Amino acid sequence: MRQFSNRYIFAFSTVMVVIVAVLLSLAATLLQPAQERNLETEKKKSMLESIRIPANRQNAVELYDRYIKESFVINSSGEILEDVDAFTVVLRNEQRKPAGQQSLPVFTAMTEEGGQLIILPLEGKGLWGPINGYISLRQDMNTIYGVTFDHKGETPGLGAEINTPEFENMFRDKKLFDDQTFVSVKVIKGGAGEDDVHGVDAVSGGTITSKGLEDMLFDCLIKYDDYLRGNRN
Amino acid sequence: MSNQEKEPLFSARNIRLLTAPLHKDNPITIQVLGICSALAITVKLKPALVMALSVTIVVAISNVVIAALRSYIPERIRIIVQLVVIATLVIMVDQILKAYAFDVSKQLSVFVGLIITNCILMGRLEAFAMANRPWPSFLDGLGNGAGYGLILIIVSFFRELLGSGTILGYPLMEKIGIYSTGYENNGLFILPPMALILVGLIIWVQRSKDRSLVEEKQS
Repeated sequence: MRQFSNRYIFAFSTVMVVIVAVLLSLAATLLQPAQERNLETEKKKSMLESIRIPANRQNAVELYDRYIKESFVINSSGEILEDVDAFTVVLRNEQRKPAGQQSLPVFTAMTEEGGQLIILPLEGKGLWGPINGYISLRQDMNTIYGVTFDHKGETPGLGAEINTPEFENMFRDKKLFDDQTFVSVKVIKGGAGEDDVHGVDAVSGGTITSKGLEDMLFDCLIKYDDYLRGNRN
Repeated sequence: MSNQEKEPLFSARNIRLLTAPLHKDNPITIQVLGICSALAITVKLKPALVMALSVTIVVAISNVVIAALRSYIPERIRIIVQLVVIATLVIMVDQILKAYAFDVSKQLSVFVGLIITNCILMGRLEAFAMANRPWPSFLDGLGNGAGYGLILIIVSFFRELLGSGTILGYPLMEKIGIYSTGYENNGLFILPPMALILVGLIIWVQRSKDRSLVEEKQS
């Protein structure tokens, strides 16, 4: 191999770094609109999945407009906050604020049969990174209609199993309240009993993710406690 | 140099670059590269397939880039240059996937980052692309990606089948009704040590079938 002077090495590194920087920033800027559109569609698709409407990337926007009727933001006392768009609320930023100042998005949806549902967003911590999801509740504000979970980087085959239909379907018809007390749904290692309305089976090999999911459900939903109880019927 | 230029694109030597990594020069079982990711992502077959494909693409392209630049890269900073090329490619791939193939990008998630740290890439750049022309380097990259993928697929096939009782998510064990005989999934297969044991078994089988692969005893 040829010997190169120090000057050449410096010049080579500088040129290389500049080329790489230009390439990467070009890619990031040019692709950003497409990426943001994807995230928005993904959000709509997740919401639809939580009300058991199977959507794909092509029809998600259209179906969203058909099924999701209303969206608004409340505070932890259950009062509706005006002039905040529920769809653009970033839950992770809200969670950093003091409990009283957080904006809590609520979406309402209508099923084919005419049943009214509410959809609440979830955001929490898994093993390697954030996990999130949506939960839909029936009109009694207690029974779970459907859930959908997603994650940024849980271990494939282990923690990542939280976004499989097998795991998500276990949440159907579980209850959030035990009479008047909020108890949420627990993820039980070794398997929940058949008649346990507050428990589902944990993911084998995904204990920390399962635990994170359980905490996410509790922490996110307890903030809606006043709202849910106020609207129970 | 001149006789190399006349060499046909798919000469016997070039074909060998493509096929040797599948068996006699396998990156995992013979070169012992890329073991870490072979342990981490072989719990299920599907992510293993996606990982195999993406590693193949990245190693082939980065091999070409480094081979094309090989006479201009100063030796003293070659490792940094290799790393920059790999990292740039991986990030570009990630960005493009996020924009145009969102579902695939979600599947890959952390793997994309993991590709950068895969020893096969640096290993092939250092051992092959720095000393060869772009076309053979491209074939070498494809071959090594495929050899890596082959082991990943074998390991993940057994781990998914025996650990979860499914194949690509299809509940095979349940369909053939084996659970009624008292059979249970083996939880050990889900855990990383089992991947190491399986890779060990593959190395054992491979070397006992082909004695020429057994290293000579050092006295």
